[in-house]
Amino acid sequence: MKKLLFSAILLAFIYVPANADTVRMGTEGAYPPYNFINDNGEIDGFERDLGDELCDRAGLDCEWVQNDWDSIIPNLVSGNYDTIIAGMSITAERDEVIDFTQNYLQPDPSAYITTGDGNKAAYIGVVAAQTATIQASHVAESGAILAEFATPDETISALRNGEVEAVMADKSFLAPIVAESNGGLKFIGQDVYIGGGVGMGIRESDSDLKDTFDAAIDSMKADGSLNTLIEKWFGDEASLF
Amino acid sequence: MFEYCTDPDVLSTFEWFSCYLTNGKHLLFYKSFGLIILLLFITAPLAALLGLLAAVAIKSKFLLLRLFSKAYANIVRGIPDIIFFLFIPITIDQLIEFTRHKIKCPEIVDSVWQGSDFVVCGAAKLPLNSDPQWIHDIYGFLLAVFSFTIVYGAFAANTFYGAMNSVPQSQIETGKSFGMSRKQIYTSIIFPQMWRYALPGLSNLWMLLIKSTPLLFLLGIQDVVYWARELGGSKTSIFQYPHPDWRVWYFLSLLVFYLLLTKISELILNRISKKIYVPI
Repeated sequence: MKKLLFSAILLAFIYVPANADTVRMGTEGAYPPYNFINDNGEIDGFERDLGDELCDRAGLDCEWVQNDWDSIIPNLVSGNYDTIIAGMSITAERDEVIDFTQNYLQPDPSAYITTGDGNKAAYIGVVAAQTATIQASHVAESGAILAEFATPDETISALRNGEVEAVMADKSFLAPIVAESNGGLKFIGQDVYIGGGVGMGIRESDSDLKDTFDAAIDSMKADGSLNTLIEKWFGDEASLF
Repeated sequence: MFEYCTDPDVLSTFEWFSCYLTNGKHLLFYKSFGLIILLLFITAPLAALLGLLAAVAIKSKFLLLRLFSKAYANIVRGIPDIIFFLFIPITIDQLIEFTRHKIKCPEIVDSVWQGSDFVVCGAAKLPLNSDPQWIHDIYGFLLAVFSFTIVYGAFAANTFYGAMNSVPQSQIETGKSFGMSRKQIYTSIIFPQMWRYALPGLSNLWMLLIKSTPLLFLLGIQDVVYWARELGGSKTSIFQYPHPDWRVWYFLSLLVFYLLLTKISELILNRISKKIYVPI
């Protein structure tokens, strides 16, 4: 027993790398069409396509990791994975803790949805948003009562169950939900433009990796392949580069 | 899974469900039940062993050993499980990586804490970045096993300590007067008899252990709770099997699973205690 324990501990300390060029890509997997877990249990979505292509161009070997949204920044800085590629908008607050690559999506309109009946003033009622998102801070600043949820899906359920009067999220996440609700849900008010576009989050101490991905995003912007991907996942109305 | 599953939109209800419930995501859900069972069967014996060692240490002649084991049992029992679970895996992980960093990359003099970043050299990472995801999963699981063992070991220590003290003093004194050594008293008087006193406490702990397994979810492990929430959430037609919010049904299945697990455990534990205790 003692010997076994000792060799296990020893193994933990002398274990040697085979190849250190793997980059671990952290994503939430709960925010279609940005990223989600598909029916086969794999990470799928716009960012899966984008990330694989970027890694290909940068000559990196990439591994995908699912991580819940609320711990996604802490687990990046403690080194569980090397990038966040999870529909994360570039904001000044986040930039104090982590670095961002250049944006690979234009600032996306955020929108409010509410249930079909009446003309409730969503701005002053109880509005649901996912915790620690730009939408959550926008709602809090707007004077409405903010109800935060761990996953985007739970905000929609809360609206359907009548716990909240509106949901605020990225419009491209809400659009299919509204379209398939048979009139049960609808957009309300004006679109709001918040955040500085979506970029990949990278540790501040990891500037080489940031440069690598910046260059790969540049090349995808230059040859138009990024626009093709955006149109594939977000439709013709999405803003392109 | 089945051949007719290629286009779920045209299937009848029964076929649709037979395809839906056997898709890749559901198979991962079913596997995560196995993970719970595995966790239980690895953690329970380890925690019992640790508890037994700690209990013997509490009764030891050596002051230091006594203080240390008492401190362990009391501190761990006094801290809420959740706080412990958030604290231990991160600490252990960073401690191992820090040590490996010092051994493997002595040439790097920069601090591993740079602002909010925890940075060790590539070779010091555990598991390595280049390792496949399943190694990362196993590593995360082992950290969970370790945390559960530490927590439940402390409770088991208390149970064993009480059980050892319940063995009649007169027997121990008789043993001493026969000139038995400490070791002999433990192995031939205390250990064989303590089980009957320890069993109620241990079965209680086993039940508590079962009920605390969803804490795995807190450690970011994709356990039954994660998959139930993920599968149950409403799905638009970007998924092959769109459906409204079905979380209620998935959480209900967890409820049934845990009730079954505790019921089976209860039946087995009752049989054991019937063998040991004489009815009054």
